[in-house]
Amino acid sequence: MTTITDPPKEGFRLNQLIYDTRYRSMTIQVVAMILLVLSISWLVSNTVQNLQALGKDFDFGFLWQPAGYDINQRLVEYDSQSTHGRAALVGILNTILVAFLGCALATVLGVIAGVLRLSKNWIVNKLMAAYVEGFRNVPLLLWILLIFALMTEGTPQPRDFREGGSASMVLGDSVAITNRGVYVPAPVWGDGSLIVVIVFVLSVIGAFAYRGYAKKLLFDTGRLLPMVWPAIVIAFVPAILVFFIMGRPIGLENPELGGFNFSGGIHLRNSLIALWLALSLYTGAFIAEIVRAGILAVSKGQTEAAFALGLRPNRTMSLVILPQALRVIVPPLISQYLNLTKNSSLAIAVGYMDVRSTLGGITINQTGRELEGMLLVGLFYLLLSLAISGAMNVFNNRVKLRER
Amino acid sequence: MNKTVFFGALTVAGIAAGAASAATLDDVTARGTLNCGVSTGLVGFAAPDANGVWEGFDVGVCRAVAAAALGDPEAVNFVPLTTQTRFTALASGEVDMLARNTTWTFSRDVDLKMEFTGINYYDGQGFMVPRDIGVTSAKDLDGATVCIQTGTTTELNLADFFRVNNISYEPVPIETNAEAQQQYLARACDVYTTDASGLAATRATFENPGDHVILPEIISKEPLGPLVRHGDNEWGDIVRWTLNAMIAAEELGVTSANVSELAAAATDNPEINRLLGTEGELGAMLGLEADWAVAVISAVGNYGELFEQTIGENTPIGLARGLNAQWTEGGLIYSPPFR
Ligand SMILES: N[C@@H](CCC(=O)N[C@@H](CS)C(=O)NCC(=O)O)C(=O)O
Repeated sequence: MTTITDPPKEGFRLNQLIYDTRYRSMTIQVVAMILLVLSISWLVSNTVQNLQALGKDFDFGFLWQPAGYDINQRLVEYDSQSTHGRAALVGILNTILVAFLGCALATVLGVIAGVLRLSKNWIVNKLMAAYVEGFRNVPLLLWILLIFALMTEGTPQPRDFREGGSASMVLGDSVAITNRGVYVPAPVWGDGSLIVVIVFVLSVIGAFAYRGYAKKLLFDTGRLLPMVWPAIVIAFVPAILVFFIMGRPIGLENPELGGFNFSGGIHLRNSLIALWLALSLYTGAFIAEIVRAGILAVSKGQTEAAFALGLRPNRTMSLVILPQALRVIVPPLISQYLNLTKNSSLAIAVGYMDVRSTLGGITINQTGRELEGMLLVGLFYLLLSLAISGAMNVFNNRVKLRER
Repeated sequence: MNKTVFFGALTVAGIAAGAASAATLDDVTARGTLNCGVSTGLVGFAAPDANGVWEGFDVGVCRAVAAAALGDPEAVNFVPLTTQTRFTALASGEVDMLARNTTWTFSRDVDLKMEFTGINYYDGQGFMVPRDIGVTSAKDLDGATVCIQTGTTTELNLADFFRVNNISYEPVPIETNAEAQQQYLARACDVYTTDASGLAATRATFENPGDHVILPEIISKEPLGPLVRHGDNEWGDIVRWTLNAMIAAEELGVTSANVSELAAAATDNPEINRLLGTEGELGAMLGLEADWAVAVISAVGNYGELFEQTIGENTPIGLARGLNAQWTEGGLIYSPPFR
């Protein structure tokens, strides 16, 4: 070839698509796009082909057919004559229930363990380290199965609670811990209980209003009103008064042994408890690390400055450190909540009837609608995750740094 | 140009997908092994022995089909499947056939697009309870906690039975027989319900089988049999007639002991001759060797032999032939003629 002596000519050559940085990114994007479209169309056409070869169609009609199977834990009315759609709803509510309980308990455990892990007390510190490392480094499924096995093998059966049996109820005969779950008293809503509830809700609002007023007074005039005890009084005393005035309309029904099982009260099944505890303990270990990192991320100078201003240690924590630590904590916390929610689909291992076990398990198996069912389950988890991260992002925006 | 590539790819994908679901027999022959879906472990029906070799009544059916199609009863890859995953595994081609205590029902046959190729065990759903709870009838089970395997006919029958009798129960859904057994023995459920044969097989593995009773009620019909997926009738025929060959062999007195002698030369019973390939072309019609049935019977024996070896009265499972006796003995086991 000739050596190039002339300045390169203007004009487009094909190899510029690869070697010219002006066009290269464009080329890569177009190629990637084509590959993406091709693989999607291959997936779709393959699915259509295979469904056709099996003689199956794509139809969501099964959701309106009777399900035919029973579900033990139901938050809404359901029996075996209800539809598959209704069974899916029961599963969805069960998923949301365990995800909600799990996120709440995991946050409490995580915050406590995270703060205590920074403790100067050697024993507390090492104990928390052991908790965090123990739970973070063993697969969640094993924890679920272990807790479930401990609960079924290590607790008495309902028969043992009979007259002369080896087991007895605790907390003044109101709670029974059995190998089928824990039975606790259930509230009974008598006439007039609605009024008590309304009064309680109104007084809680009142308590918040009082806090707002006290805060405003503090900022405007510098006068510090007591915050904690008046709020508690406002929230509870009126409701308690009304409760007695109305003749105690809200009662408790204790579980009672009858026949094979306890009846009455609320039955917290082993499957729920095992799944809930395991999810919370496992995710709590991750949250502990996030909380610890968040607190450590706030520079020591902040504490020192607060002390120099004469703030007491607990106020330093609540007014200076935590608000700043939250900015570091909340974003990774969101992804822990999402993890917990999706991990709850391990429910099948202990027979907890979540959406994966009803719609994504029994319904699919009884109707043969794998594709439709799995798409719906996937869609549900997607929507739930988006909802959780949406709500948490609102919270994040409230705690994030506002530049003034 | 884009479009051509696109449609080209579509066609290639189409051909690939088409080829994957074509003749199962060719796939099995090319692979050299049969992928057979069995249960995750039910002693007597399908379970690995101490050396990890699968054995049992359903396993025998898999081995028989491998003997017919490949001439080698050992050329089987056993795929343990739970009750929930079995149909998906079969429909997706992960296994070539299922022999897994599976009940032939209308919706599985018609809606799930499965092809049942016969019945190798006539069963029904029963209940097992610990003797010391003192229950003698399933109708006394009001309020009981019941362990069931999910994705089965069992859970549907159970819901119907309790609803029709207007009694309540608490279902504990469970994935495999092993877990159910553990829950039942820990008394986390009062009752275990499944096919009566499965109950007998499960009870046989207990430390004290005598402490558990199987209640007299049988609440359903559970015809269990091997199945393949819809759409490959030739393969369905092979599985169907392999089972029929075992059944016919028992009726005709052909056993693993005398089959080679009977197959050596034509006998004076023309049906035996057609079955064993010394007369006619039945093997070729299936696309198999002429002595396919000889391979089956010498490998696993006839239906009665397999039954007696795996689940019969002289085994720990101890099931009587009952409904599963030959039709000539008052049972329901009956093969269409080999002609
Ligand atoms: N025949 C019923 C029930 C099948 C079933 O639950 N079989 C059980 C016991 S008879 C089983 O195979 N268990 C072994 C396992 O879990 O893998 C059906 O087809 O739905």
